[in-house]
Amino acid sequence: MLNRIALLVVGVLVGAAAHAQDTIKIGEINSYKAQPAFLDPYKKGWELAVEEVNAAGGVLGKKLQVVSRDDNGNPGDAVRVAEELVSRENVALICGTFLSNTGLAVTDFAKQKKVFFLAAEPLTDKITWQNGNRYTFRLRPNTYMQAAMLVPEAAKLKKKRWVVVYPNYEYGQSAAATFKAMLKKLQPDVEFLPDQATPLGRIEAGAVVQALADAKPDAIFNVLFGADLSKFVREGNTRKLFEGRDVVSLLTGEPEYIEPLKEEAPVGWIVTGYPYYGIQTDEHKKFFLAYFRKYNEYPKLGSVVGYSTIWSIAEGIKKAKSTDTEKLIAAFSGLQVTTPFGKVTYRALDHQSTMGAYLGKTKLEGQKGVMTDYVYIDGAKVLPSDDEVKKLRAID
Amino acid sequence: MNASSIVLQLLTGLASASALFLVASGLSLIFGVTRIVNFAHGSFYMLGLYGAVALTTVFTAGPLGFWAAVLLAALAVAALGAIVEMLVLRRLYGAPELYQLLATFALVLVVRDAALWAWGPEDLLGPKAPGMRDAIDVLGRPFPSYDVFSIFVGPAVLGALWLLLKRTRWGLLVRAATQDREMVGALGVNQRWLFTSVFALGTFLAALGGALQMPHEPANLNLDLALIGEVFVVVVVGGMGSIGGAFVAAIVIAMVKAFCIAAGTIDVFGAPFPLSKLTLVAEFLVMAVVLVWRPQGLFGRPQGTVRATAAIEPPLRPLDPRWRAAGFVALAALALVALLGTSAPYAVVLMIDVLIAVLFAASLHFLIGPSGMHSFGHAAYFGLGAYGAALFFRLGAPMEAALVLAPLVAALGAFVFGWFCVRLSGVYLAMLTLAFAQIVWSVVFQWDAVTGGSNGLVGIWPSAWLTPKPTYYLLVLACTIAGAGLLVRMLHAPIGVALRGSRDSPLRAAAIGIAVPRLQWIAFVVAGTVAGLAGALFAFAKGTISPETLAVGRSVDGLVMVLLGGVHAVSGPWVGAALFTWLQDTVARQTDYWRALLGIVMLALILVFPLGVAGGLKRLFVREEVA
Repeated sequence: MLNRIALLVVGVLVGAAAHAQDTIKIGEINSYKAQPAFLDPYKKGWELAVEEVNAAGGVLGKKLQVVSRDDNGNPGDAVRVAEELVSRENVALICGTFLSNTGLAVTDFAKQKKVFFLAAEPLTDKITWQNGNRYTFRLRPNTYMQAAMLVPEAAKLKKKRWVVVYPNYEYGQSAAATFKAMLKKLQPDVEFLPDQATPLGRIEAGAVVQALADAKPDAIFNVLFGADLSKFVREGNTRKLFEGRDVVSLLTGEPEYIEPLKEEAPVGWIVTGYPYYGIQTDEHKKFFLAYFRKYNEYPKLGSVVGYSTIWSIAEGIKKAKSTDTEKLIAAFSGLQVTTPFGKVTYRALDHQSTMGAYLGKTKLEGQKGVMTDYVYIDGAKVLPSDDEVKKLRAID
Repeated sequence: MNASSIVLQLLTGLASASALFLVASGLSLIFGVTRIVNFAHGSFYMLGLYGAVALTTVFTAGPLGFWAAVLLAALAVAALGAIVEMLVLRRLYGAPELYQLLATFALVLVVRDAALWAWGPEDLLGPKAPGMRDAIDVLGRPFPSYDVFSIFVGPAVLGALWLLLKRTRWGLLVRAATQDREMVGALGVNQRWLFTSVFALGTFLAALGGALQMPHEPANLNLDLALIGEVFVVVVVGGMGSIGGAFVAAIVIAMVKAFCIAAGTIDVFGAPFPLSKLTLVAEFLVMAVVLVWRPQGLFGRPQGTVRATAAIEPPLRPLDPRWRAAGFVALAALALVALLGTSAPYAVVLMIDVLIAVLFAASLHFLIGPSGMHSFGHAAYFGLGAYGAALFFRLGAPMEAALVLAPLVAALGAFVFGWFCVRLSGVYLAMLTLAFAQIVWSVVFQWDAVTGGSNGLVGIWPSAWLTPKPTYYLLVLACTIAGAGLLVRMLHAPIGVALRGSRDSPLRAAAIGIAVPRLQWIAFVVAGTVAGLAGALFAFAKGTISPETLAVGRSVDGLVMVLLGGVHAVSGPWVGAALFTWLQDTVARQTDYWRALLGIVMLALILVFPLGVAGGLKRLFVREEVA
């Protein structure tokens, strides 16, 4: 009996060792249980990409293997699982994170441990600017870029009295601050009424809508998302808040957020998002069809992010011809990757990718909210000047 | 603001107060009779809403479909509540106070994953109520007609409950049990069915509250914990067990929030501050003020005596020398973990987390167990320690100095808040600690310039000589042994005896000249300081801290660890914290539904060890000598 156990153990160890030689392990960390609505499609996205990369022969002759961990939605656990991935699983690099605070925690961990980190989802500007470091790159357009895409459209409305409603945490605050500062520059006579900062996930929609209506703004800038957005829109429709007012709204065109609203989706809002139903580029069609074939459902923005994250890593390792951290950093600086949104570049200057987003107006199509008249805004066009970025970014 | 907008805000406030009251009345009822602090109440609310949304897709025909869905969902969840009471909670009424809390917390984990499995991750927005889809005209402004309906639901339920409690035999028994449940049992009333029926009714009200929110909010997986805090506040502000009090409290809180939202921006020290930001903690501010002013809530009466449901803890005795020797050997063996630095580096990382959890749990155990003060906001002191360490470090203090100074920040916090808390007892004390913790949390969450706001602070790493994990591990081990050892030493010293005496019989303790509140205050500060040390160690272990280090989740984790280990065993925090941290780490890797698995493991442990794991083992192995 003991012999058999010993044999089994040896067998497992040898198998694991052999396995380790022809795979490249990638550590992935995310808040799957805390943010399932966004991260379930995200996971499907990266699983598809891993399958495609490996079907095409892998990278450097090895298969990619993603070791995924849940960070429980908090930075303490994120750092612990990062330690585990690095020290026990011996991953070549880490990627992922959704929330800004977990993203920043892993960013700093990467700097301390000298590990390569590709931040996938978190939006806070600080990951690539104030708290940026040479070990960290980021895929998604940050809060500043997202807000900057909307400002020119907002200025075209030529409305004087604006009011801003945002979830009361860093993402909401910084989106609101960026929007206000940039709009003021384009349109000096603009007037901002007192903000509505609502607790995340717990908006008192009736009172907030009533207060907004009482303020009699000409236009509204909205940063709410998720359940808060659903409550806000429903209450706003019933109380006729949106009648005769323009609304400019961040991320609302993303299927994650507009689709739960069904036939009550707002009409005529200027939004950023992802109109998966209409993008006719070859890169997107290929991704869309593969995704639909595999899962029999439409992709969401999270799917694009997960998919592009793994493809970025695959391309990065190919260019570096190694999984060595320093070589990866060199390879990612200026790396070009083809994503479903077209070519994006990881800038050498601040390690921010130039992935953009779609800008358009919402409308109802049957029972569903969709985007119309959308255009793709390249992230490179809405980034601040290099000098400004250099000022913001700490020296490594 | 003009008159009509004030009226509309008032009406809106009344509508949301009504919704809140429904849920709160159920919680109050359950607490009054069974004394269960039911964390799962929010989960039943969530299930009610999910159930109703799901059922409206079945009953699509006719205007009755909506109402049938609401009612059926509430009834189904009530039945589920009854089953849970019979299968789980009923077995725990004999356990020490608060043990049921552990079971209800495990239920929260299971229910959330069950909902994810059944309904998927996306938010589900239900239909509006038929016939109440639009707005009516109030003073020339649109006001949702469903809100008009909501305004009347609260008083209607209040009236129905009043009739039920005052005019039926069942109500008579419930009121009797609220005052003295042992006497009710002694008079031959079948307590089991009484408890089950009360729990089912309370659950029904929670689920009904959820289902009626269908026109207002989408069913989503974060509803349970988002709601439970607010509902606790309503129940406590009104006075535990007082249904009418809950009604008034719900209105007060809804009005305060409506005011914060409507009032716009004020100047604070010359800087504009939108009052709407206060909605983050409005209810907890109200609770703190009410509890300081009226220690039993607005309409609460002193709690009826609960004659020892569980055997009172036997006096603490020094362990048998052999067990003591075994304990010291075990502690010495822990130092050997540092040798695993190269062969199993992650074991060292995990053990650092375990030991920090042990230190935190030990400090909380000191409060809950021997001092008899149930703190629901202990994370505040952990967080103050962590932020203290980070801020001293960023101000340029050497890491070692920051580590020493940080617990003093926590001590200062405990000194101030403790002064208020020790004036209260029981659940009111627990809720005041929670209120202070939430207030500290909201300050940290919003004070960007100093605390980094919701993102927190990064780059807090230990000095070079402590950077290798094994070395840092030894530091943490030394601090944990010193901190936890200090607490154990205090328990065996005269002050510990006096503390336990004050817990078991405050009146007699006062009669023999013990200054009970001052003694408890000292205990509060000591426990806070030790928690602060744990927080400081945590900050340097992670390099990052954010407001979640002092959020309510961490307080609950601490409670779970202490209860899992056993309130009445000095080794309880060690066993509980190690078990909980290890389980969380391991279970999370096993399955996508790791929360449910964690909940089920916890439920199993509670049912096998109703005194906590260490408590149960102690009973098995250590013979208590009866004096």
